[in-house]
This record gives sequence, structure tokens and C-alpha cells, in this order.
Amino acid sequence: MAKTLFDKVWDSHVVRKVKDGPDVFFIDRHFIHEVTSPVAFLGLESRGNSVVYPERTFATADHNTPTINQHLPVEDALSANQLDALERNAKKHGISHWGLGDINNGIVHVVGPENGITLPGATIVCGDSHTSTHGAFGAIAFGIGTSEVEMVLSTQCIMQPKPKKMRINVNGKLGIGVTPKDVALYIIAKQTTSGATGYFVEYAGDVFKDMTMEGRMTVCNLSIEMGARGGMIAPDEKTFEYIKGRSQTPKGADWDKAMKYWETLYTEEGAEFDVEFNYEASDIEPMITYGTNPGMGMGVTKSIPNAENVEGGVETYKKSLGYMSFNEGDAMIGKEIDFVFLGSCTNGRIEDFRAFCSIVEGRKKADNVTAWLVPGSHKVVDQIKAEGLDKIITDAGFVLREPGCSACLAMNDDKIPAGKLSVSTSNRNFEGRQGPGSRTLLASPLVAAASAVEGKVTDPRTLLV
Amino acid sequence: MAYDKFNVLTSTAYPLPTENVDTDQIIPARFLKATERKDFDINFFRDWRFNQDGTPKADFPLNKEIYAGSKILVGGRNFGSGSSREHAAWSVYDFGLRCVISSEFADIFKNNCLNIGVLPVQVSAEFADKLFDAIFADPKTEIKVDLPNQTVTLVATGEFESFDINGYKKDNMLNGFDDIDYLKNIENEISAFAETRPF
Repeated sequence: MAKTLFDKVWDSHVVRKVKDGPDVFFIDRHFIHEVTSPVAFLGLESRGNSVVYPERTFATADHNTPTINQHLPVEDALSANQLDALERNAKKHGISHWGLGDINNGIVHVVGPENGITLPGATIVCGDSHTSTHGAFGAIAFGIGTSEVEMVLSTQCIMQPKPKKMRINVNGKLGIGVTPKDVALYIIAKQTTSGATGYFVEYAGDVFKDMTMEGRMTVCNLSIEMGARGGMIAPDEKTFEYIKGRSQTPKGADWDKAMKYWETLYTEEGAEFDVEFNYEASDIEPMITYGTNPGMGMGVTKSIPNAENVEGGVETYKKSLGYMSFNEGDAMIGKEIDFVFLGSCTNGRIEDFRAFCSIVEGRKKADNVTAWLVPGSHKVVDQIKAEGLDKIITDAGFVLREPGCSACLAMNDDKIPAGKLSVSTSNRNFEGRQGPGSRTLLASPLVAAASAVEGKVTDPRTLLV
Repeated sequence: MAYDKFNVLTSTAYPLPTENVDTDQIIPARFLKATERKDFDINFFRDWRFNQDGTPKADFPLNKEIYAGSKILVGGRNFGSGSSREHAAWSVYDFGLRCVISSEFADIFKNNCLNIGVLPVQVSAEFADKLFDAIFADPKTEIKVDLPNQTVTLVATGEFESFDINGYKKDNMLNGFDDIDYLKNIENEISAFAETRPF
């Protein structure tokens, strides 16, 4: 029977099938960070277990870290305690650790691919739902809870029922000003915030073939926002080109051997999916969200739909608009904003900074806007400097901060104040996600840049001509 | 971490019909800074339960005296979406709840609950509505969750619905076992498998 890409990778990692139960699923690569790992190590030690394959786990500090003055001691005692716990646990168990200030440090889903830890055909987990990012390389990657982090540390396996399969095809060519983030927000708006619950998604079609690796990561990253366990894209020449020569990728004969395997990683003709959707690239415009989940998105030029025209309960919908202080029928264009956040595991890569700079070059940040520009890693910072983007950023009145998750989840001091409205390139617009009472509009780096210079929600296409 | 066995639970329930309740609401990120697992009930639904000055919001169901002590929460569709933080499931457990009923659960939250001894019970949208109606009509409405028979019943009327759970997880919940017990038991099989992995 013809197999899907997902079947090939999943089935090759099943150690055993439990009768009337989940699969015992082998994990090739495991990322840990300071927030969801400490209790797993406590559990491991209280049971008297050890880390069975320390070389398969990689630790980096990101969720809690400050994005200014990283050379100074971390002020917040609780954050410092978590960072210390990560370092201590990693050291004790022989796990590689990229702490604050390390040249390889950054957001876990940015540094994994950068260092060649993320490979096609691998299984990758992390106690973070945006682990789906790594699916861009043809890996099966998804977020897990802390109990499962302990399972991976102590056995290198987790117990998972195999998800159902969904394929999403987007064909045609994207218009000017339409980015991978817009493609993802468009798909999520179609699927709703829970439409892909229980599924693993394969993205296929012209749009993803034409997309850069950075763009593919943005799309796969957001798979969880429609409820999917993860999303993946078949590896191709672009994938191999991206990973070749990175510090942890196979070299020499190992590379040749791996390539032979990787070239088998595609969905065969006639392979079946439980469900399939087709969308047209030409229907997608720059997107923006208006509510309190990522499924509440629309083209930036549209008006907020009426409750009777949306899926789900009217009360939940009205509660959401009430939180945002928006009304049905409001246009988003022209809404005055207070903050812009460029960064996160969704849009904190070099390409996102290039896109942002393509708009702000020669322009000035609006006075009413506070902007936080947070690169995903130190390597992204270096690249920004190498390309001279830092000068464009500074000349336009912006400041570049140091890497970390930052205002995406506002665990550190980067909190959007209550009531303030932010155009953010991150992944969640949940109530209070970016700080208690904060209001978030999710959008692409282009929409964020256009809005930052105009001081209000702006269609980037009006500035791109 | 070991948890108490789950068999048959009969209790009143907190009703929370809002849909798409994400784990950032169940426990906001700023309360994830602990390095040990304790007292996550304090910040359970922090921003929905309390005003910014720390005073409780009287009309939020989890604050209503009439439901106090319930061991079941009936939530709206797509409960537990978003972040994978197991802290959300811990806060459910620490608040004294052993069962969440909803017409749809987000996958990671559901797994996390099963791993720590909270039973996620998925019912039809119609039956969920029936539960909400019954609780709003009489806050003392008792619900019986019977894991061995896989049924959830409105005690007063006897109306019930069956729910799914795989045999392995059911056995774990009934006995207070967890996956690590199972996985450590097949260690040799796993290490033999690991030898075959190319990277």
C-alpha cells in the first residue's frame, strides 16, 4: 500500500504497539528548556532513574531570559532559579547546555535547525507546543508535557496513539506582500483553532515547494494553532542545502548514507489521508487576527465578521471581541496601536528581519509605538549585523534586543501593559498572553513593520510599491 | 509522580461553558516559574478568578460557594488548547478536580491529564449541553463518572452516555500506574531498538 511521508517516519520509530493502547514511540532528538524540564528531572531522580541517552537531549535557555543586559546576573529570582536548575541538571546528567550568553543560545526552535540537530526523518519532541516547527525538515516533531519529558530522559520513548492524517495543499503563486505567516494564518482561519485536533498535517503544493526553509518553519510552527499535533513538509534540495555542513549534521560517508534515506521521504502517489484540503495561493492576502485565538484571523483589509457568520458559540465570540474592545463590522486598517513585537519561534529568523527592514528602511518608527525587536538566536543577531540590517533598524528609530522568547509569552519583563494593543509576529493572541490585559493582533513581519511606521494597522502593500 | 487511583467518581460539578479555553487561561505563563510541583491551585484560572488587585471575581463559576468542593469540571468545546504546559493539568489536580468533561479536548492537554491522574471525559455536544442545563437548573446536580464501565451519568435522571478511553490508559488510571513504569519494564527492547537508529 502506498505510504505517506508521515507513515514512513512514524512507523519506523515504533518500538512496539501496545494492545488496545498507544505506540511505544522512539525519540531521536529531545530539546529541553528551563520552564518545563525541572520537575521532570525531580521525577527522574526521585525514581532513581538516570538519563539513558544524554547525547540525544539538548538544553537551551529561552523562555524566561531577559532580552537586555544578558551579561548581567538575571534580576528575577525565580527566573534565575529556573535557569540555574537547567544548567545544573544538564551538567549532572551530561547533557549539552546552551545557557544565557552562549554563542549557540537562542529560542529552542531556532537553534535546533541552525545547529543541524533537526534532521529529516527524525522524531523530535520538546516540552513546548511549537516543537511542530521542526516538521519543516520532514521530521515528526511535536510538543509534550513534563511527564513525557521525564519519559524521554529516562527511556528515550513516549507512549502515543498514532494521530490521523491530514494533507493541506496550497497551489499557485503568492501575491506581493503575502508571506508564509499569512499562508499559515489563512489556513488556521479556515480550519479554526481546533479544526485539526487529532491530526498530523502534511503541507504540500506549489506554495510550500517555492517557500524557503525559514518560511516552512513558520508554517509548521503554527500547526498547533489549529489543534494539530504537528505539521510536516517533505524534504527536498532546499532542505538538504540548508542542513549540509551545520555543526551537528552527519558528515562524509554518514551524510551519503543519510541522504539515501532522506530521498525516500515523500508521500507516494495514491497514498491515503483521512482528510484533505485544497486552497489557492491567489485567495490569500496579508492577514491579521482580531480575536483571542489564532483562528480568528482575516485579510487585513476586511472587517470583523458578525457573530452569526462564524463557527462556534455566539457567547464565546462576543466575550472574545469584548476582551479586545472591538465590535462586529470594525475595519482593522487604521486602528491605532501601542506596541509592535517582532520575534518568537514563529518569526524570529533572519528572513523575518529582512522583511521587516524592507519596509522600515528610509522610514521612521511612529512616535506612539513602542517596538520590541527580538532575534531568535545569537546567530540571527550575527547575521543581522553581517547584512547591515542593524543600521537600517537603528536609523529608523528601532532598537535591537537580545535573543529569547520575550513578549511572545511574557514570562520575562517584556510584558505588553493592560489594555495596550500590539501587532505581534508571534503565535498566540490568547487573553493576557503578552501580559495581563494585553491585546494582541497576530500578523506577519511586513504587517508589523508597516504598522510600526504608520502607528496604526496598515496594509504593507501600500508601502511596498 | 504517583497519583490516586480512579474508579467511580460521583460529585457536583463546576460549569464553564466558554469554548476554546486555552492553557494560558488555565494557568498564565507568569506562574510557571517554579522548579517543583506544588500549589498550582493558587493560580488556577488566575486572571478569570481574580481581579488585578487580587480580589475574587464573584460571578466566576470556580468562585461560587454553591459549587465548592466539586471534583468535576464541565468545560466548553476545545478545552485546553494552546501551550503544552503540564502545569495546566497540575493546577486542575491541585484545585481538587479529578475529572474534566468536555465535547472536545486539545490533544496535549488530554495526554497531560491522563499522565497525572485527571480523567478527561469526552462526550457528545448534545450530552455536554444536557450537563450544563442540569447544572444551571440545579447547582447541586450530581454527575457520576464510572471508569470501569466507561459511562457518565446524570444521577437524578439516570441519563447517561458512554465515553472512549483506550484499554491501556484505563488500566493505568484504575491502578494508579504511569507510562514510565511500563517503559522501564521494556528497557532492553528499547535499547535494542536504539541500536538500529541511523542518527
